[in-house]
Amino acid sequence: MSDLKMIPMRDGYGNALLKLCASNERVMVLDADVAKSTRTDWIKEKYPDRFIDMGISEQDMVGTASGMALGGMIPFCSTYGVFLAGRAWDQIRTTVCYNKLNVKLAGAHAGLSVGKDGATHQALEDVAIMRTLPNMTVIVPCDAVETEKATLAAAAMEGPCFIRFGREAVPVITDEKTPFRIGRARLVTGYDPEDMKHDSDCVVFANGPLVHEAVLAAASLAAEDIHITVYDLHTVKPLDCTTVIAAAEKAGRVVTAEEHQKAGGMGSAVAECLAEHCPVPMRIIGVDDTFGESGTPDELYDRYGLRAVNIEAAVKNLL
Amino acid sequence: MDTIQLAEQCRTMRTDIVTMLNRAGSGHPGGSLSSVELIACLYFGGVLKYDPHDPEWAERDRFILSKGHAAPVIYSALARAGYYSTDELSHLRRLDAMLQGHPHAARIPGFECSAGSLGQGLSVSNGLALAFRARGMSSRVYCLMGDGELQEGQVWEAVMTASQHGLDNVCAMVDFNHVQLDDTVENIKSLGDLARKFADFGWHAIEIDGHDIAAVMSAYKAAAACKGRPSVIIADTIKGKGVSFMEGDPAWHGTAPNDEQLAQALADIRSGYGFKEVQ
Repeated sequence: MSDLKMIPMRDGYGNALLKLCASNERVMVLDADVAKSTRTDWIKEKYPDRFIDMGISEQDMVGTASGMALGGMIPFCSTYGVFLAGRAWDQIRTTVCYNKLNVKLAGAHAGLSVGKDGATHQALEDVAIMRTLPNMTVIVPCDAVETEKATLAAAAMEGPCFIRFGREAVPVITDEKTPFRIGRARLVTGYDPEDMKHDSDCVVFANGPLVHEAVLAAASLAAEDIHITVYDLHTVKPLDCTTVIAAAEKAGRVVTAEEHQKAGGMGSAVAECLAEHCPVPMRIIGVDDTFGESGTPDELYDRYGLRAVNIEAAVKNLL
Repeated sequence: MDTIQLAEQCRTMRTDIVTMLNRAGSGHPGGSLSSVELIACLYFGGVLKYDPHDPEWAERDRFILSKGHAAPVIYSALARAGYYSTDELSHLRRLDAMLQGHPHAARIPGFECSAGSLGQGLSVSNGLALAFRARGMSSRVYCLMGDGELQEGQVWEAVMTASQHGLDNVCAMVDFNHVQLDDTVENIKSLGDLARKFADFGWHAIEIDGHDIAAVMSAYKAAAACKGRPSVIIADTIKGKGVSFMEGDPAWHGTAPNDEQLAQALADIRSGYGFKEVQ
């Protein structure tokens, strides 16, 4: 899709922090020695009083942010998603979530996007271990623009919030006018379940860079007279169960697609919801119970089956 | 309160601790009894700025309990300070109780931050201190840690953060009672020369007898007077202090006294067991 601009999602995070620091004196930005990677070095440069590099101390970073939140600030903790969610999980659970503190957690280089660094640095379990925590909000935006909106929305809400985004430049498929609300699935393409004139063969819930893959799959399937509805399910928690159930009821078939382990991620969240309220045939696309490896992100998306063709195959498998 | 009144308050708090744990049937007496003087002086010696009639008073100092299992000592202090009725102590660890086994801040007026998983309180204290600095507030932060707790790596991350940022509004207290759940700290993972460790990390370290009220009071004064770096009060204490059969015994880290043991404990506390002078 050569007509789409390619921008790293982390740029959206950096842009949002610049706006927040300009408009809200309570915002503080913390990093764990990866400020250049997460774009918090933009804050370090422009608003040095609002930035603290905590060093290679993720647990201390989350604890310090908790104290800042108790002291009335809105701290953003930034580092690789794998270290933020994994290494500081107990701090996030017991201090941030149990106290319902206004701490914002930004997991950068999520999924396979860190590519060549290999499995140790690829966050493929973060959504699962964050969404099990009471009081936590979990957001997986689809591009740089949506990452910026998600970061601004996280600052505006009260309470713990985890946002994960990738390293690589990915297609920008939303713009300033595209609606974004935490907890509300966004219809990307296909038939609105409230519009009874049309029908849909399958509904696809995707998030992160997989939203773009789902859009490509929709175009490709349409050429074969197979019509799918695609939702950007950016908020994994709280899940928009109303929309998930309505769309599943209408289409009767569901595919989910995410850059995460199949176990415990967005697909699991959708399955939990539908198993109780609207059980329909379903396929979950994600990394299937394996660690990643070194390679370019493109090679890795092919290797682990996170492409439009995989979504197309899953849809056809359900027909 | 003066020294004599504080000593009496310590007896009251020790009585509260063993009594509430007996009623609850479980809990941690040892590390509460060892930190009684530290907490009594903080709350009743005029050290901590607080207002029980306005728990959210913005200008208050903050006490952060890092060793969450020492909940009974702070539950007693907050009740005696007037945040809630002492009746609440009788419901400790019961379903729907304000006073959970480990403290849940949202339920307890005057309690700042839930704790129970060790090693986290000093980071939280640093964050508060940084927020106070950013907002131009003069409030101070006091953080109680255990000696066994210092085996958690996060504590040392936070030790470095406090000195890196020169947080002289942070005062850490180490209840150095020499005993953890399984055995003595010395036998499990010794802390060596703790004052030197803190000093090497850039802290102002004050070593005292943690059961000597006058020494505790002057340590708090010295900590508040120290500028440009954080202070730590390393309080040499006895686990289970004041109860004859609990003192120094790891078995009383996390065991509640039965009725017979409670009677003995109350008699020990009344008679001033373990203290040179009985006021």
